[in-house]
Parts: sequence; C-alpha cells; structure tokens
Amino acid sequence: MELSKEQLFDFYQTMVTCRAFESRVSELFAAGKIPGFVHLSLGQEAIAAGVFACVGKDDKCGLHHRSHGEMIAKGGDINKMMAELFGKATGTCKGKGGSMHLADIDMGLLGANGILGAGFAIAAGAAFACKYNETNDITLCLFGDGQSNRGPIHESFNVASLWKLPIVWICENNGFGLSNPVKGHLATDNVSDRASAYGMPGVTVDGNDVLAVYETTQEAVNRARRGDGPSLLEFKTWRWHGHFEGDPGNYKDPKDQDEWLKKDPIIRLANMLIKQKYATQEDLDKMKAIAEAKIDAAVKFADESPWPDVSELYTDVYDRQL
Amino acid sequence: MQMTYAEAIRDGLRVELKRDPKVYMAGEDIGPFGGCFGVTAGLFNEFGAKRIVDTPISENFIVGHALGAAACGLRPVVEVMFDDFLTVCFDEMANQAAKVRYMFGGKAKVPMVCLTINGAGVGAAAQHSQSLEALLTHIPGLITVIPSTPADAKGLLISAIRDDNPVLYYEHKQLLGVTEDVPEGDYTIPLGKADIKRQGSDVTIVAWSWMVQKSLAAAEELAKEGISVEVLDPRTLVPLDKDAILTSVGKTGRLAIVQESCKTMGFGSEIAAIVAEEGLDLLNAPIVRVAAPNTPIPFSPVLEQAYIPSTESIIAAVKSMF
Repeated sequence: MELSKEQLFDFYQTMVTCRAFESRVSELFAAGKIPGFVHLSLGQEAIAAGVFACVGKDDKCGLHHRSHGEMIAKGGDINKMMAELFGKATGTCKGKGGSMHLADIDMGLLGANGILGAGFAIAAGAAFACKYNETNDITLCLFGDGQSNRGPIHESFNVASLWKLPIVWICENNGFGLSNPVKGHLATDNVSDRASAYGMPGVTVDGNDVLAVYETTQEAVNRARRGDGPSLLEFKTWRWHGHFEGDPGNYKDPKDQDEWLKKDPIIRLANMLIKQKYATQEDLDKMKAIAEAKIDAAVKFADESPWPDVSELYTDVYDRQL
Repeated sequence: MQMTYAEAIRDGLRVELKRDPKVYMAGEDIGPFGGCFGVTAGLFNEFGAKRIVDTPISENFIVGHALGAAACGLRPVVEVMFDDFLTVCFDEMANQAAKVRYMFGGKAKVPMVCLTINGAGVGAAAQHSQSLEALLTHIPGLITVIPSTPADAKGLLISAIRDDNPVLYYEHKQLLGVTEDVPEGDYTIPLGKADIKRQGSDVTIVAWSWMVQKSLAAAEELAKEGISVEVLDPRTLVPLDKDAILTSVGKTGRLAIVQESCKTMGFGSEIAAIVAEEGLDLLNAPIVRVAAPNTPIPFSPVLEQAYIPSTESIIAAVKSMF
C-alpha cells in the first residue's frame, strides 16, 4: 500500500503525542497529582495511530480501561482529557469518570470501561444503530488479550456475525492480563484463532508496525462498510509499564522486556521515515516538540482548572432531579 | 376499550412503534412467536423484522447492545424473558446502563426500556418465578416501573419509552389476563405518581403488582368487619411517591406493606424505613410487612401456595394492628 508523506507524518505525530501524554501522566501520577487507577499503553502507540487513521468522526468506537492513546488518536480534546485525569470540572466527563471512564459521545467515543468485557455488547449496539440508521458508519471495538476471556464476548461475536453488523473487533494483545501472561490465560496461540468459530476472518499482525496495523484495519473497515460483516484483528504488542501505575511488573522476564523495548514502534517508524527519505531528523524533532507543547498546555489547563462544585455530586444521575 | 394487561402493554408498544421510527424491540422469541407470554403477538407482522428483532439466547448482548444503540440515538425496548434472567446481565444494568450518564458527566443519554416479568404461582419453581424488583432499585440511575392494572400498564409503558433514562419495566404473570377499560391511542401516566386503588381511613396498605389485587380482596373482606383499608399502589418504585405514602399514613395512622418477594431487603423494607424516618409520629401501631418467607420458590403446588402471600395472611396482618 502506497502511503502519502502526510499520512506517515500523521502516524508519527499521533504516536509521539500519545507517548508524550502517557509519559507525563506517569510522572504526574507518581507525583500524586492524579488520583485513582491509571493504566498506560506506553509501547502500544502504533495500534492507536494505525487503527484510527482508518475511520472518521462519525464512526463509533468502544474502548476499554487502557484507552488514552485511542482517545487521542480519534481526536479527543487533550486538555479536557488531562483535566479529567486530574478530576477537574473542565474534564471530558466533568471529573466524574476519570481515566477508566473517559468518553466523548460526540466524537463517537462510547467510553472507556472499567468492567472488562462489558464493551463488546455496547459496541455491537452502536454497530446495530449504524446499520439501523442506514448510514455508512461503522464501529470499532478495542479490547485486550485478558479481556478476550470474558463470557460476553461470545454473545456479541456470535450476534455481530449473525446479523452482519458493521463492526471491527480489535484485540490489543499486550502480553498480559494484569500479571498473567498470554500463555497462562489463553487456550489457543492467538486470540484471532477464535474468529473461525464465528464465521469471520481473523488475523494476527505485528502491533508495533503502524503500517501493518493500518493496512489490516483498513481492509476490515472496508469490509464492514460494504456490509460484509465483522472481522477479528489481533495486534501483538507489549505493555512497557505495569498493569496500573504503581505496579512494578515483577512478573515480566527482564529479557523479554528488554527485547520489546528495542522494538519501540516510534523508533521503528522514525528509522523508516529517515531511511526512505520521507523525513529528516529535524522534521521528527519538530513533531515531538509539538507533542510536548500540547501536553505542557494540557497540564497547565488541568492544573489551573477549578475543582467541581460539590453540588455536582448530585447531578447527571438522571436527566432530571427525581 | 376493554383490554387485558397483556393487550394493554402491546397497545402501548404499538403506539410508540408507530410514533417514533427510532423505537425498536429486541429479545428472545418476541418476533413471529409473539413472546414467551404472547405480549408481542402480531407486532412482527405489523412492524417487520427491522423493528421487532429476535435475538439468540444472549442476555448480556440484549441489554448491553441496547445501551450502545441508545447512546447512538435509538430508543430500544428490549425484553429479558424472566426477571430471574436479569441476574445474568446484572453488569449491563447495574454497572453500565445505570452509570453511563453520570460517569460521562451527563453527556450520554440512554433512553432504553427493559421489559421483564415477575411472579410465582405457575409452578415454575425457583428460577422462573421470582419478583426481584428491589434488587436494582439499589442502583442509582435506573427507573423501576411495576404496574398492577391494564390501564397503568399502558400509560406507564408509553411514559417509560419516552423517558431519557434506562427503565426497568416489570410485568406480572398473574396479571396478563386481567381486563379493564383502557384509554385508546396516546395515553401516558407520569412516572413517580402513586395511585390510591381504594380509599380507606383505618389502615394504609402499600402494595404493587399482583399484590395490589390480593390487597384489594383483603380490603373487601376487612370492610365487612368494619376495618376501612386504603390501598396505595406506588406504580413506580424509582422514583417513589413518598409524599403520597406519608399523606395516606397521616390519614389512617397505620401502615401494612405487602410484597410478593421474600421479606429480607424487599422494597417493603425501604418503604418501612422511610415512614419510620419521616412519619413515625403519624403511626398509631408498628408497621407490618406481609411478605414471602426467606426461601427459594418451591415447585410443588402445595409448597408454592404456602410461599405466596395470601389474602388471608394480609387480613390477619391487618387485624393484628388493632
């Protein structure tokens, strides 16, 4: 697939922005600025960048608990995201959701979800709505390898194929369900091996290769838009950090960790861009600087934003005060 | 027009399916089969497979997809065949549908209705007979509708479908054939308004669903003995018409609560607590609860009849207050 320089630059810009956001979140969490649980996808940026380059604003997306990168890649407001992580009134969810419940319905982002496995049916419902409304929109549903073992996945995979819903199931296989390695929780070699049981195509691809992620997703998105039904994509990658910030990840073999750090998807794309003369080091540095500046501004915005008024505790339970 | 409870529900569904193309139904065997209890009979022929959708046996999907579709602008009315089966999709109700509006800072609305059916007395034993309406009243974000008459069933259903919050709507097996005059066409009853089913001056019985009929029969008998019973049907448990209950207790000075489910932590416990907190000085006698014992529902007709609160047990309980 021939990609334009602009597209390749977009990949890079998205990846370095995700990296800068989450690196900063890690520091801020350690410094006590961010309360609660934070799950980072450092090292997994190629998936967010490649996948979301294939969809538009009106396409829908169901997420999981490790979804900052996806939100950024789909065009979420970084200032509001950071404010949400701080618990501030200006946050994406007015400070009521936090990292695990980031959502932006207007952007088609149906919400991160703290209950792993709940997102399958919600995303299938969004895909049902796309089909019911006879739009050309499709839905993406992202999930992790650990989550792939929840029971509700079966119901949604079956119905989505049965009804040929316009949906793409995307597994971000980052090697672990919390501390449990894939070989300890998955009966098959690959999550995508399950696809044939639901009569859909399934494929496993290197998740640190943004170009492969993009090409694979594009094909599945096209299939969904054509009305040919769902696909199951599995992108293999590695979670650099622990399950949550504060988890040192002692269950990882340091040799494996070192191997995967060498496979950094951002360095990989940078090397390709320079080698093929799409970009100079200066171009890349400039994009990194843009990302850092955005994150600086987001942290400033979050820091200076007000806390929610305590009266907000009682609002938004229903559409009205019951 | 004379209608059974089942026909009144169907009439309400038909009114809304005709009025709003965003309204559709999904559930097990609700299509050509007409629903396990015949409530949706004929709707498939009238509205077609797009609007009346048969699903596989997949309760997680049924409720979860409704949430996703509702967040994307549709107004699903789904059916979970028995109240007992709602426990299978407790997450979708309690953690998802109930919470998305709040978690997402008021930006998601979930106009969905989940129909289900309660009730013992048909020899269906422990897993197809329960009245678990209290369970989900503990979760803020959900509305609970539980009609006792055909007209209420229609008027409350139309209001439920037009409401922008997730609604649980409990039918009752023993009421399906009850007949009365039901207003034709567009007819709504506001959610959160109790109805006095019989005026009285000596004691207030608060009851809902099938127990309203049993309480009315008890009131008839008690009148012959000179005890004037007021029967109050809250019709919706969330929102609860507290004022109507306190006003009635203020008039009669006595409160008996009749519920079909087992005694511990039934909704009667909440009503008793409210009256104890806010109306203790209104009471001339301790509050009495009439309820099923704390056992699973047995199969043998002899045992099952002993389980269900009877007219006689209501009469005895009321007499004990004097």
